[in-house]
Amino acid sequence: MLYARLIVSRLLKAVIVLFMIIIFNFFLIQLAPGDPAAILAGEAGATDAEFLRQLTERFGLDQPLHVQLWRYVSGVAMLDFGFSYRQQVPVLDLILERLPATLLLTGTAFVLSLVLGIVAGSLAAARVKKPSGSIIMALALIFYATPLFWVALMAVVLFSVYLDWLPAYGMYTVGAGLEGFAFALDVGKHLILPATTLALFFMAIYTRMTRASMLEAAQQDFVKTARAKGLKNSVIQRRHILRNALLPIITLAGLQAGQMVGGAILTETVFAWPGIGRLMFEALQQRDYNLLLGIFFFSAALVIVFNIITDLVYRLADPRIKEAS
Amino acid sequence: MSFFARFAQNRGALVGLIILVGIILMAILAPLLFPESPWRMVQRPFLPPLQTDGFPLGTDTMGRNVAAGLMHGAWVSLLIGLVSTTVALAIGVPLGAIAGYYGGLVDDALMRFTEFFQTIPNFALAIVLVAIMQPSITSIVLAIALVSWPPVARLVRAEFMSLRHREYVEAARLVGQTNTTIILRQILPNTLSPIIVLASLMVATAILLESALSFLGLGDPNVMSWGYMIGAARTVIRQAWWLSFFPGVAILLTVLALNLVGEGLDDALNPKLARERS
Amino acid sequence: MRDTLLSIRHLSIALPAGADRDYAVEDISYDVARGEIMCVVGESGSGKSMAANALMGLLPKGVRATGGEIDFDGQDLLSLTEKQHRDLRGLRIGMIFQEPMTALNPLMRVGDQIGEVFEAHNRLTPKERQARALELLVEVGIPQPEKAIRAYPFELSGGQRQRVMIAMALALEPELLIADEPTTALDVTTQAQILDLIGDLQRRHGMAVMFITHDFGVVAEIADRVCVMRHGRIVELGAAQTVLSSPQDPYTRDLIEAIPSDVIPEARGAETDTPLLEVSGLDKVFRSRGGLFKPSREVHALRDVSFSLVKGETIGIVGESGSGKSTLGRCVVRLERPDRGTLSLSGTDFMHLRGEALRRERHRVQMIFQDPYASLNPRTRVGMAIAQGPIANGMARPEALARADELLELVGLGGTADRFPHEFSGGQRQRIGIARALAMNPELIVADEAVSALDVSIQAQILDLLEELKQKLSLSLLFITHDLRVAAQICDRIIVMQHGRVVEQGPAREVFLAPREAYTRQLLEAIPGREHELADA
Repeated sequence: MLYARLIVSRLLKAVIVLFMIIIFNFFLIQLAPGDPAAILAGEAGATDAEFLRQLTERFGLDQPLHVQLWRYVSGVAMLDFGFSYRQQVPVLDLILERLPATLLLTGTAFVLSLVLGIVAGSLAAARVKKPSGSIIMALALIFYATPLFWVALMAVVLFSVYLDWLPAYGMYTVGAGLEGFAFALDVGKHLILPATTLALFFMAIYTRMTRASMLEAAQQDFVKTARAKGLKNSVIQRRHILRNALLPIITLAGLQAGQMVGGAILTETVFAWPGIGRLMFEALQQRDYNLLLGIFFFSAALVIVFNIITDLVYRLADPRIKEAS
Repeated sequence: MSFFARFAQNRGALVGLIILVGIILMAILAPLLFPESPWRMVQRPFLPPLQTDGFPLGTDTMGRNVAAGLMHGAWVSLLIGLVSTTVALAIGVPLGAIAGYYGGLVDDALMRFTEFFQTIPNFALAIVLVAIMQPSITSIVLAIALVSWPPVARLVRAEFMSLRHREYVEAARLVGQTNTTIILRQILPNTLSPIIVLASLMVATAILLESALSFLGLGDPNVMSWGYMIGAARTVIRQAWWLSFFPGVAILLTVLALNLVGEGLDDALNPKLARERS
Repeated sequence: MRDTLLSIRHLSIALPAGADRDYAVEDISYDVARGEIMCVVGESGSGKSMAANALMGLLPKGVRATGGEIDFDGQDLLSLTEKQHRDLRGLRIGMIFQEPMTALNPLMRVGDQIGEVFEAHNRLTPKERQARALELLVEVGIPQPEKAIRAYPFELSGGQRQRVMIAMALALEPELLIADEPTTALDVTTQAQILDLIGDLQRRHGMAVMFITHDFGVVAEIADRVCVMRHGRIVELGAAQTVLSSPQDPYTRDLIEAIPSDVIPEARGAETDTPLLEVSGLDKVFRSRGGLFKPSREVHALRDVSFSLVKGETIGIVGESGSGKSTLGRCVVRLERPDRGTLSLSGTDFMHLRGEALRRERHRVQMIFQDPYASLNPRTRVGMAIAQGPIANGMARPEALARADELLELVGLGGTADRFPHEFSGGQRQRIGIARALAMNPELIVADEAVSALDVSIQAQILDLLEELKQKLSLSLLFITHDLRVAAQICDRIIVMQHGRVVEQGPAREVFLAPREAYTRQLLEAIPGREHELADA
């Protein structure tokens, strides 16, 4: 019951945010230099007078601003994101076709980075002042400072070009006609490099945060209580320190969801992973702004879904929230 | 202990500072050592590193001097990092201060606004902004500032909220100091150290963002930047890995140095925390 | 002599380099016999908890024992391995701490936290552990134990959490219970209950108790023997009765005398009968704003509070936490705005002032705050901190700074105007806070728990200073405190508050010696060491 109410309130909030993004998109087009119709059509379409006329009519570009806004908003509300002139397909179809690949990539990277980050962070916290702890933190700092796209490129050079262990591009072997388990295995092989490179940066963040959070939790009074009971150090670390330290990590993971989607744009570009990030890069190159704004809207929606999930997880993990809500 | 002595106790911070000074020197010396435009084609393309005099890092796909590009790129990275952070602070500090100090409805409204910006995927927003405003130093700086102010606002708000009911602030209210005086003289000075630390990390993040934008082809077409160099060499990575490698190392070192310096500042400004952490 | 359980011999514990002294404790020796309550008394920084932490193997990082031995039933605790120490903790030695709010893991159910003690020592099956936990909760007197065992700590009150801590410490029937200031964070009536409980359990189980406290009242209440510590050394050691009635060491004597006694000074006759502060029908409700799906919550902090204060008078407002006494003080200085009622100062309405008009009138009522460490801006020199108020009200800077010098002189800190707050001790900072309030020439000063955060000996000095200033400057004072003994010493009249209402008000002597209301009597009876003082008088 509590969760149902919570989800409804979060969904309502999500709708408001998405609505604001639509309005934001609309004004972005207005603010851009040049004719909005030309912008919506994209550079390539701008020469086609007939298409421009259609666009002008459809969005009411010759009408006053508020009429245009209304048409734009009601259009998006009906899931009409317009037409990609360049690809001759509705924007929505393009995005929906690419969405599963992005979900697979970001989902894998999200879980991978969280699990590895928390493990590495708790190891580092338990080994403060020891060389092994310092090495973990140094590695985390380096991964944190490395540009994502560059790691991706270097991984291609090393693992695909030089060692030839893993495929460098795409999501599956084209033309192999694989099915069932063999296909899944093939996709898995293609997934390793992009998911790992995407996860590295976030893993670094979680490692640093877990360690800091655990060291802070270790200072708390209840840890002294646990020691006074005669509990083993490993039990105290896991049951008392780590559990309390995880709460801020969950919050952080929610905040990082947006970054993760951003990172996917870069990774997908490098590995030609057929997701919406790669689609965004293609839209950029073709100056297909209508498509670009559609993807932008969807990536925000994706982040909101991630946020709702982390919010629910947080509520499961912290009994005090139930009282407050 | 003096501020610098505390800073220097963190050996990583010292290393970071040295690297950073080196990169600043690169930026300053670039126009002296390579007075020509880094865009000029000066040699055969695809010269590997360390094989031709005057081209220690070789030439790129168009026969441009990689070393010259690297040094000129330092200037662009640092400039964009600093300016966009300054703009982000100029947005985030006042917003956070007002929200945290006044609380209530003002806080609610400002925080909803901040949350909105935090929900939108950062990098995607930057891409859309730069693409539609057309790539230029100004649009890149604006876009980076627009996506990086929310953490500042949240930090400043949290600091203000915890300090606004501190007894010395209440005492200042009771003796009749105005809200402006209290914000500027009583609270703000006590929030400076976390802001400074955050700012140093933000410069690092801004440099990463700029390089990622340039990598995607959204850099200012008039200036040479590290991200652009990697992006341009991406398609020839199989033939000439070094074209991507060196600019990447430059970014890595700069960002690493800034993070190390940030940690050092944190230790030096909050000596108590540093002792507990080590 | 009874059977000795614990024997500390020439123990020295070193502090890390850079601390304000080399040793936390130096060459201390004392014994604790089976079945007795030993109180270790001292002010903050006396090192009173150090020996306890050392024998538990729970010394903070960087602090270590450098000499002597701790003999526990034939075993030297200082030479144990970590594993041996662990086996001892919880099993043969139990410990409870000061802060019941933070000493329990917020994410674990109470029953599981008690069960962990058995788990740590491999006792019982999980099911039996829960059954034992329930029995223990019954024994420590938690209301609705079946419900409490499934509760999370945040669902319990401070006193209930301390009972849970005691249940945990008793789980395996240890021979020694260490109680480190277990009642300091509690209200006076709760404190009395917890002290009763500890005394009761100690008799029933025949444990030895090492009770660490700063409060001689508590000593009088429960101690068999007492060990007084100062600056890491023992200054007096002996049977509680002897030490309390005829202390040998001058420091012990000071400490015992510093406790304000029930000897209540005659109320001074008011200089005039024109009321300075008139409060009537004051109501204040705090609402946490609810969201769309969140109900808003209301807390009635003040209900229909009325009283008046005559010029030159000191009124004490006493009550436990949650009684609304602090809210009342904050309403009077207008840090909060009351919802209903009237609040007037020398006949002018002080309640409906807002914004700029309020700012201009603020100088008339000033406040002395509780926490000496939070009440001064760490980045402002103390002279400037005092001068800021007059400057904000239009006084020229040099003049204001000169006045700050005079005021520092007045509170006994002459010539320190250009120092920063961190260069002062807690008591000195409180003097600076008083000077800051005086700088405004206020008609009324509200002191909100102004001495509660200080050690008793410092407390006495600040109270003396206030008394002196009261005479010299004929101050009017609203003195808010949870400590009835302090109120008895300085107040002309007393207002007792509970749940936001005024329960009883009247001249101090009357309220203390002939209380009319049951709640007032209950508060008075809960004061630790009261019987001792009465027997003394």
